[in-house]
Amino acid sequence: MTDLNQLEHDLLSQVEAAGDEAALETVRVSALGKKGSVSDLLKTLGAMTPEERKERGPLINGLRDKVQGAIMAKKETLAEAALDARLSAERIDVTLPVPEAPESRGRLHPISQVIEELTAIFADMGFSVAEGPDIETDYLNFTALNFPEGHPAREMHDTFFLRPDEKGERKVLRTHTSPVQIRTMTTKAPPIRVIIPGRTYRHDSDQTHTPMFHQVEGLVIDKQANIAHMKWVLEEFCKAFFEVEQVKMRFRPSFFPFTEPSAEVDIQCSRKGGEIRFGEGTDWLEILGCGMVHPNVLRNCGLDPDEYQGFAWGMGIDRIAMLKYGMPDLRPFFEADVRWLNHYGFRPLDIPSLVSGLTS
Amino acid sequence: MKFTLSWLKDHIDTSASLDEIVETLTRIGLEVEGVEDKTKTLAPYTVAYVISAEQHPNADRLRVCMVDTGNGSPIQVVCGAPNARTGMKSVFAPPGTYIPGKNITLGVGTIRGVESAGMLCSGSELEISDDHDGIIDLPADAPVGVPYATYAGLDDPVIEINLTPNRPDCTSIHGIARDLAAAGLGTLKGDAVPAVAAKGACPVSVTIEDQKLCPAFALRLVRGVKNGPSPEWMQRRLLGIGLRPINALVDITNYMTFDRGRPLHVFDAKKVKGNLTVRRAKEGEEVLALDTRTYKLDPSIVVIADESGVESIGGIMGGEHSGCDENTTDVLIESALWDPLNIAQTGRKLGIITDARYRFERGVDPAFTMPGLDMATKLVIDLCGGEASEATLAGEIPQSRLVIDFPWSEVPRLSGLDVQPAESEGILKKLGFQVQGSGERVSVTAPSWRPDIEGKADLVEEVIRIAGVDRILPKPMPRLEDAVAKPILTLIQKRTRLARRSLAVRGLVEAVTWSFISKDEAELFGGGDGRLALANPIAAELSDMRPSLLPGLLKAAQRNADRGLGDVALFEVGQTFASDQPEGQSIKAAAVRRGTARPEGVGRHWAGGAKSVDAFDAKADVLAMLATLGIPAGGLQIVAGGPAWFHPGRSGTLQFGPKNVVGAFGEVHPKILKALDLKGPLVAFELNLDALPPPKAKPTKMKPKLNLPDFQPLTRDFAFVVGRNVAAGDIVKAAQGAERQLIVGVDVFDIYEGTGIDPDKKSVAIAVTLQPTEKTLTDTEIEAVSAKIVGEVSKKTGAVLRG
Repeated sequence: MTDLNQLEHDLLSQVEAAGDEAALETVRVSALGKKGSVSDLLKTLGAMTPEERKERGPLINGLRDKVQGAIMAKKETLAEAALDARLSAERIDVTLPVPEAPESRGRLHPISQVIEELTAIFADMGFSVAEGPDIETDYLNFTALNFPEGHPAREMHDTFFLRPDEKGERKVLRTHTSPVQIRTMTTKAPPIRVIIPGRTYRHDSDQTHTPMFHQVEGLVIDKQANIAHMKWVLEEFCKAFFEVEQVKMRFRPSFFPFTEPSAEVDIQCSRKGGEIRFGEGTDWLEILGCGMVHPNVLRNCGLDPDEYQGFAWGMGIDRIAMLKYGMPDLRPFFEADVRWLNHYGFRPLDIPSLVSGLTS
Repeated sequence: MKFTLSWLKDHIDTSASLDEIVETLTRIGLEVEGVEDKTKTLAPYTVAYVISAEQHPNADRLRVCMVDTGNGSPIQVVCGAPNARTGMKSVFAPPGTYIPGKNITLGVGTIRGVESAGMLCSGSELEISDDHDGIIDLPADAPVGVPYATYAGLDDPVIEINLTPNRPDCTSIHGIARDLAAAGLGTLKGDAVPAVAAKGACPVSVTIEDQKLCPAFALRLVRGVKNGPSPEWMQRRLLGIGLRPINALVDITNYMTFDRGRPLHVFDAKKVKGNLTVRRAKEGEEVLALDTRTYKLDPSIVVIADESGVESIGGIMGGEHSGCDENTTDVLIESALWDPLNIAQTGRKLGIITDARYRFERGVDPAFTMPGLDMATKLVIDLCGGEASEATLAGEIPQSRLVIDFPWSEVPRLSGLDVQPAESEGILKKLGFQVQGSGERVSVTAPSWRPDIEGKADLVEEVIRIAGVDRILPKPMPRLEDAVAKPILTLIQKRTRLARRSLAVRGLVEAVTWSFISKDEAELFGGGDGRLALANPIAAELSDMRPSLLPGLLKAAQRNADRGLGDVALFEVGQTFASDQPEGQSIKAAAVRRGTARPEGVGRHWAGGAKSVDAFDAKADVLAMLATLGIPAGGLQIVAGGPAWFHPGRSGTLQFGPKNVVGAFGEVHPKILKALDLKGPLVAFELNLDALPPPKAKPTKMKPKLNLPDFQPLTRDFAFVVGRNVAAGDIVKAAQGAERQLIVGVDVFDIYEGTGIDPDKKSVAIAVTLQPTEKTLTDTEIEAVSAKIVGEVSKKTGAVLRG
């Protein structure tokens, strides 16, 4: 018996002493290999009597299992040590910068963002988006909208004109998006609910005016739409757009050729530390013009003003962007200064929606 | 339009406060732009007595004054004014007062070692005059302790309203008072027109050449007047609204202009030769006007002439020659009507802005032509004496009055406010409308001073602006359909949005640049058509509608580079113009990359050098955008070369067949860099979103059935040697075509030129992926496919398999 005990002790000592996988393999071969010491013992089992085998078998098999187990355990220990050694050699400096992701470099211009914001709001109220050309006829930009002959807006110092064509007709760069109202009313039967965002042009350039700017108009035509509805639409819009619980609006009777009655709308706000806050304060800020579509405009579109009625409004997209997001000046909107665009622009996947909110 | 509170109260009997009046004006559509109330702004300033003024111990130019402010013990004030002296009366401001002329708020201070608890003020410090030579020197009888504004008669607040062009009636204070009275603020007064004791006919006759331009012209002579300064009350009012008093006769015309909205003109009768004619000016005629400038006239301008020539520009400004001065003894008073359009055009042409033009171009009340003349005559006689002749009237006063058939229900129909007919009627009547009939429908006649009233909608506006727009409560607008909202964006609207987001995701920053560019730029980018040139550009470099977004973006990139930000990546999605017709306008998307502004990263990086942008970055941008838009790449062809603004060898054209070119990408042509003063490297793409094919209509939203093959794909590599000019795309296409059923992918993984390859050749290595669908391929089958690929590529491109 002692020989088995001695062998076991020797082999386990050798396993324990193995310093690497190769040494361990040598031990394994010497014990469990074809000619290994344990293998030799196992071979003797065949020549034994059943009684002898019954007694020796479990002992020899037990020895084999123990040695095998010790080798496996040692192998794992050695592998772990080797991995530890490898891992401790493999190090990166995780503070090294990676290139800034394109998704974080890209920006959307505030005008694009604001158009998407207001489209989301008005779409919820059943409005679709109508568009029209920037180069308009004098008729659609002025006459059809009830601008009288000789109105100052028809002069060269207010409006951009193209050179007269062969027929002597002088096209204009639209001074408002209102011609699209006419285009809509003459091609689509009521009920009509559209918003009309787009580029507009006026012969004006100073600190607060640029020769090109953006406007959004709204138009509702049916057989009931009245000022009470208009007030609701505009109040709901302002609350949703400026993302405030309450707004206080003031409708001041005013004058536009294409609406009657007409009003200018102020919104109450506070200006603390150069920051405009809506829904509080005592200042009034003009935000839009609106009114019931003038009977002459309806007639010009082939609609009977005794049967159809509706309202329209218009406001500056650049202006409401400035009011909401705090850009102090209009001119940089069109200067493409990346410092300004990076600061005031929007991240590529900041997609405004009423489901997740207009702004993140 | 400016007026003072006391002047307004000449026309309305009211107990309303200034604040109520101001608030009401804005509420009824006469928006108050500003109120200058000196009793408020000058409230802390009081009349004070200088008990003593002694030399400052430490400063030559300063005096130490003891001041009696009428409020307890004397106050010590250090004063630097040369005129400060013992015994004078002046204006005192206590500590805490804001000094408008200096934009400071006073504190108690020590000036050169002497305490000073207030300030004695000059006129300029109070912003009531330009006088800054010394402190205000008041008469000895000025009452100490009384607010200075009250003492000086500055306690008449000045109100300025922003008048909309449709309200000529409110160019008169009387008209404003009428609106306020209708709004319930008091009772209108001052309607009575005085009778004028007239003797004899007017000796000067008037002939009107064209009654369209001057429908009526009334004239009267007043003999034996004594012209001089107008009375203080009139001067004070004129000064209050910013008018300079001249002399009584001229001041009366200005007074009438504001009081009644009735511009008048006075001629010195002795300087007028013969009779007057109202006619078009003759080519080359000139007139020296009352503003001492000489105006060149032409036949579009209407003048009043006597036998020696032009005396006045009708309805706009009188002439210097026949103007009234202190020597005038006989005066001709003119009250005329002019064509508003002609007045506006003349005013613009000559660049003259006067209170007369302001009113005549809006439309002066025709019915007040004669009463206005009588009122002015009465003022002349009251202030200057004299004896009036009868008035003579040339032309005739237009009488046309519009009668509107008005159902009261129109008010609630348009406004949503249930105003009762009785209230509507009351409002209209107070505004001067005549209402005839009773019941549901009435006939309404607009007053002569309201040329803006055309129909029912105007009457609704009158009712609701006076009744109060704030009485209309917001009412929810029901949905058009009781259903889930439907999508609203059109295809191009969706594509425009997606294009923006997809380009931004690639690290590009969106710019919005001008729709107009210079003619040179337009021509360089395929435009310059004269029909797209502005007749009146705001600047020479903004003269032509842009044919392309690229000039704006390229210049913007350079501007950023000039500021030290050379690695910029910009894009724009916006309108471009090929003609002046709506069809000529299209939405394009374009992007520009400069320096090292590549999608993977910008600038130098520790893991790799600062690689410059190249045409493939631009190609990647446009293809990424097309992929986002869901444009199937299948039909898209990429052809070498592009429009003239791209480098001919480093650009490509994007097309769906040769007749449907949609865009291009590449390196910007060196000549463009030179012409626009740009520095590269600059790459760009531009694509017409309107030209992209619409998606195929499908009956359902089902995606095609997914067939997952049971067999593994395998890849075989081939390296071909081809001529340097052979397009890799052609090799790929040839390989793909070799066995369409089996080949599912061809990738170019290496391009090599140099040692081991003929100088006019290159090596192109491709990896072909085969996807068996029915069974695993045998080696023989794979060999056969490989041979087919080599054969096809050799046939199409002359390639030889690299040994």
